[in-house]
Amino acid sequence: MGEIILKGVTKRFGEVEVIPPIDLHINDGEFVVFVGPSGCGKSTLLRLIAGLEDVSGGVVEIDGRNATEAAPAERGLAMVFQSYALYPHMTVKKNIAFPLKMAKLPPEEIEAKVQAAAKVLNLANYLDRRPGQLSGGQRQRVAIGRAIVRNPEAFLFDEPLSNLDAALRVNMRLEISELHQSLKTTMIYVTHDQVEAMTMADKIVVLQAGRIEQVGSPLELYRTPRNRFVAGFIGSPKMNFIEGAEAAKHGAHAIGIRPEHIKVSTSEGAWQGTVGVSEHLGSDTFLHVTTEYGVLNVRAGGEVDLHHGDTVFLSPDMAQLHRFDQQGWALT
Amino acid sequence: MSTQASRTAARLMISPAVLLLLGWMIIPLGMTLWFSLQRYNLLMPGMESFTGFDNYTYFLTDPAFGAAIFNTLALVLGVLTITTVGGLLLALLLDQPFWGQGVVRVLVIAPFFVMPTVSALVWKNMFMNPVNGVFAHLAKSVGLQPYDFLSQSPLASIVLIVSWQWLPFATLILLTALQSLDSEQLEAAEMDGAGPISRFVHVMLPHLARAITVVVLIQTIFLLSTFAEILVTTNGGPGTASTTLTYLVYIQSLLQYDVGTGAAGGIIAVILANIVAIFLMRMIGKNLEA
Ligand SMILES: Nc1ncnc2c1ncn2[C@@H]1O[C@H](COP(=O)(O)OP(=O)(O)O)[C@@H](O)[C@H]1O
Ligand SMILES: [Mg+2]
Repeated sequence: MGEIILKGVTKRFGEVEVIPPIDLHINDGEFVVFVGPSGCGKSTLLRLIAGLEDVSGGVVEIDGRNATEAAPAERGLAMVFQSYALYPHMTVKKNIAFPLKMAKLPPEEIEAKVQAAAKVLNLANYLDRRPGQLSGGQRQRVAIGRAIVRNPEAFLFDEPLSNLDAALRVNMRLEISELHQSLKTTMIYVTHDQVEAMTMADKIVVLQAGRIEQVGSPLELYRTPRNRFVAGFIGSPKMNFIEGAEAAKHGAHAIGIRPEHIKVSTSEGAWQGTVGVSEHLGSDTFLHVTTEYGVLNVRAGGEVDLHHGDTVFLSPDMAQLHRFDQQGWALT
Repeated sequence: MSTQASRTAARLMISPAVLLLLGWMIIPLGMTLWFSLQRYNLLMPGMESFTGFDNYTYFLTDPAFGAAIFNTLALVLGVLTITTVGGLLLALLLDQPFWGQGVVRVLVIAPFFVMPTVSALVWKNMFMNPVNGVFAHLAKSVGLQPYDFLSQSPLASIVLIVSWQWLPFATLILLTALQSLDSEQLEAAEMDGAGPISRFVHVMLPHLARAITVVVLIQTIFLLSTFAEILVTTNGGPGTASTTLTYLVYIQSLLQYDVGTGAAGGIIAVILANIVAIFLMRMIGKNLEA
């Protein structure tokens, strides 16, 4: 159904190679998240799959068919754009009905499908409004509605939540996840936010400068990052890296330890330091501790009563230590 | 932002400008109204007298009046059709990326900078002239009889000349509007299965509605007063074949020295222009609302 395979897909804009040859296998029904810093080529890769950009080399297969040369509409994919790209002069109903109208479905069938989509997305009361009269979250839902009525092989989302406020983002994240549970359609989701990636994905593809750094489930990436980039990108707050003599003790060029794998004590421990900033969140406390290895992020319990200037001792959990070589590859 | 005090201050400060503009408009209008009720002929100075609505009767029953109304409408509608359709096509073309885009865009705007008199003369003498004109040469080179545009189809020729002048305006406005269209909307439509024509009809055209309205309204206002092009090419002839309302007013006041009837014609032209304006606003004015 919605199986997508990229074989040596490349993209150049003039002289600049934005995407070096990439191989990727996306299984039917999977929720795949492309994550990476801004400008790393996530949108470009998504647009190559959608057919909105021509590949410079390689093959895109959808459902076992070679779709490299197929027009966007022929690929059976639906896309939700970052700007939503709703048609401003059409009502919500007409927006959602547009792809069906283009497919020349009979009016009764269109009506039924639009009503069904509106019900799923809680839009039934807004069908006669124009996009300009809707809130950000509602527009987002209209864009999703326009995508689901087509019954696509796969959904493509390009940073769909980046224009929403924090609370709404959490809500929509849940709604999209639930939608995936109920539709069981392949979804490819682009974001620069690793929290979205970790919470929603079946499979995360970490990109940097157009290259795939690692592919795996959220926990795989968290537990066994393949290199320093992935280790630093996945997980919040960021992993601490220590180089030099301390790393050499573990036979590595650099060692990495996540904030949640460091134990804090006021009396004894491996490394001594001074608390710089402490962020009390209630459930957790994030400490920025200045040590001889630089500033380390530490996650302590919510009730920890430590403040600026306090002396603390840190003990890393040796079982959770990550070791990296000169080139940044993980040592096992 | 705006408090009672700041609003009062704002009104006070713009009032001189408003008063000046009002006077600017009211005084000529008032004088025209006054002249239109006078028997006032430049050949008989000192004989001015009040005649009531006689001037209006003369103007409306002038055999040229019917032709002038028809010609005015034909000119306005013809130029509007050619410039909006042509402007739309040109804008679509210029919106495509191609080599030398910048130069071509400047060239397209160029006709707008040429004075109406000059461009009409260039058309008359260098293109449409049945002996020396480019079109005549072209016709002769393929063995055809040269066509005398300005005497055979004077109104159509003037429509062509005026369209050539206004095409850049329409193109420019529509091109800017086209460029302000979010490309993601077009891509979304493409993914939704809309072909090029559907994309044009369902996404581009609605986006351009406001710009098209602006083009139609502004051009109508200016086209109703087209004058120089007629004066230097056909002088309103042959007969009344290219006499418009504006030109008829000119004939009355400056060729027949009858200022009174000319003024009456001017007032009639103002009334008709307002009828057209109301009609237009009713039809397409809603496009201008946000
Ligand atoms: N149409 C284009 N022409 C030239 N360069 C482009 C074009 N689109 C994107 N790029 C470049 O490709 C790179 C990746 O862009 P993009 O895929 O939008 O990144 P992301 O979505 O990950 O932020 C960027 O460096 C960007 O400048
Ligand atoms: Mg992007």
